[in-house]
Amino acid sequence: MQSNAALEYDYSVAKLFTYTTILFGFLGMLIGTLIAAQMAFPELNYMLGEYGTFSRLRPVHTNTVVFGFTLSGVFATFYYVGQRVLKVSMAESKFLMFMGKFHFWLYFVGALLATVSLLLGYSQSKEYAQYEWPIDIVIVLIWVSWGVSLFGLIGIRREKTLYISMWYYIATFLGIAMLYLFNNMSVPTYFATEGLGNIMHSVSMYSGTNDALVQWWYGHNAVAFGFTVPIVAMVYYFLPKESGQAIYSYKLSLLSFWGLMFVYLWAGSHHLLYSTVPDWMQTMGSVFSIVLILPSWGSAINMLLTMKGEWNQLTENPLIKFMVLASTFYMLSTLEGPIQAIKSVNAIAHFTDWIPGHVHDGVLGWVVFMIMAALFHMAPRMFKREIYSKSLIEKQFWLQTTAVVLYFTSMWIAGITQGMMWRAVDEYGNLMYSFIDTVAVLQPYYAIRALSGVLYLTGFLMFAYNMIKTMTASRELTQEPQFRSPMA
Amino acid sequence: MDIRELQGYANFFMTIFLVIMLYGYIIHLYRSEKKGESDYEKFGNIALDDEIDSKPIVPNPKTMNENEEQNK
Ligand code: HEM
Repeated sequence: MQSNAALEYDYSVAKLFTYTTILFGFLGMLIGTLIAAQMAFPELNYMLGEYGTFSRLRPVHTNTVVFGFTLSGVFATFYYVGQRVLKVSMAESKFLMFMGKFHFWLYFVGALLATVSLLLGYSQSKEYAQYEWPIDIVIVLIWVSWGVSLFGLIGIRREKTLYISMWYYIATFLGIAMLYLFNNMSVPTYFATEGLGNIMHSVSMYSGTNDALVQWWYGHNAVAFGFTVPIVAMVYYFLPKESGQAIYSYKLSLLSFWGLMFVYLWAGSHHLLYSTVPDWMQTMGSVFSIVLILPSWGSAINMLLTMKGEWNQLTENPLIKFMVLASTFYMLSTLEGPIQAIKSVNAIAHFTDWIPGHVHDGVLGWVVFMIMAALFHMAPRMFKREIYSKSLIEKQFWLQTTAVVLYFTSMWIAGITQGMMWRAVDEYGNLMYSFIDTVAVLQPYYAIRALSGVLYLTGFLMFAYNMIKTMTASRELTQEPQFRSPMA
Repeated sequence: MDIRELQGYANFFMTIFLVIMLYGYIIHLYRSEKKGESDYEKFGNIALDDEIDSKPIVPNPKTMNENEEQNK
């Protein structure tokens, strides 16, 4: 009982993952900006031999931002939020402390190996599942160690009810575990051929259409359980906590949760419209994508309503600004996605730049904004210092918002132009344009996207600088802030 | 009926089943609150009052025995 009085939350693992969020965020977006520039100015492909080409760097970009930046953010916030909503400290269990640190270091080493393997050109050629089988095994171990931490912490909790964020973290864990395992089932050629094949090569256990189906069931739900579910977990904790307002409707949050779980897993076949998968499955993909608007907007509207009567905070507190804009971008991209999944729209949108446009209004406006706001909120509590500069956050906000708008508007125009040009025919039914005609028309939009990359990256550097200054040079706090994060 | 058609029907009926479950859940949530059996909205405070020594909304009997008294 006495020892309990001095008990504190232990943020050592959350801090470690905070560092990697910043590091991988910077690297991933640097490469994103580089490949965006390569699309506009192709000479940039030839700076580093084979290692610097678009084709080699694109998977490095996607995997670094998804599995490096976003997952680090998910883990950092989990090791922070998990303790707090379960009201139990990691310091209370030596085993959990060990597992948390083990999880981190395995993750860090795994991430380095994985990135090197991509740079060397090893790839399964499946989007977001490029890593070859030895790396996959390491990833499974990383995931299992997170699972042990997650359920270990839940096992010793004081708060019996699992707060809604915990449900989302658990869903992230289970969802990715299932999807990753199924999609990466493959036969290593080296073992299948008694030593003839390359050790870093494998062949999928599924073939043809089945392979495509499993891949996009995975691919779409990697977005669901990597970019949506854990980010919703964050917004459900950090927005109420930072604003001091309880969730507008807890029942709606439960409903949206089960709705999302129910609907999301069936929508993946919208990536395969007009392909060889059974027709009913394509229709199902479209229909479920439209239905997906409901649970997505359920969460987003719940967040906006949480601010009811407190909208003054939007102007006073830049972290609220980030989170409210994130929720709004979440609404935008969860409306845009279903529209793209309608068959007739998809006929124009598929394979065009509108798709990366859609991806990035989601990730830049929603995922990155939410993760940065979460880390800003955590910093004064973890490092016991106030946030270094409020005005820098304000400037960063406007710079990055401009960048997101430039990114998705340029890609909307580029994508629709491209889609229309590809299908345009003259009066005799001949195609009016060759591929290179489209490239020439799109070049200015690629240049705008590269510029938006530079702006966004600059904003991220401002975030990183602000965080590092907060950790090292900011005014020390004597008391933990209850709601609003203190900033200079 | 070949396997693909069968899969299609299986999917259809499973969807109907899950829709019923989901609506059932909504009704369950609202009804149990109306009858006063449970109050879901109070769980929103788990995020707001999350100090390590603050009183849990629903204490976990497994871990609370020794320090329940202290938090009262
Ligand atoms: C400075 C910011 C960024 C820039 C300039 C950028 C740029 C790019 C470019 C040029 C592509 C390739 C598009 C193509 O093949 O036509 C791409 C793809 C992608 N990026 Fe980014 N990116 C940025 C940040 C991010 C972040 C933060 C995330 C996720 C958290 C992300 C996730 C993705 C994904 C998932 C794809 C694949 C899209 C698809 O296949 O349709 N990006 N990015």
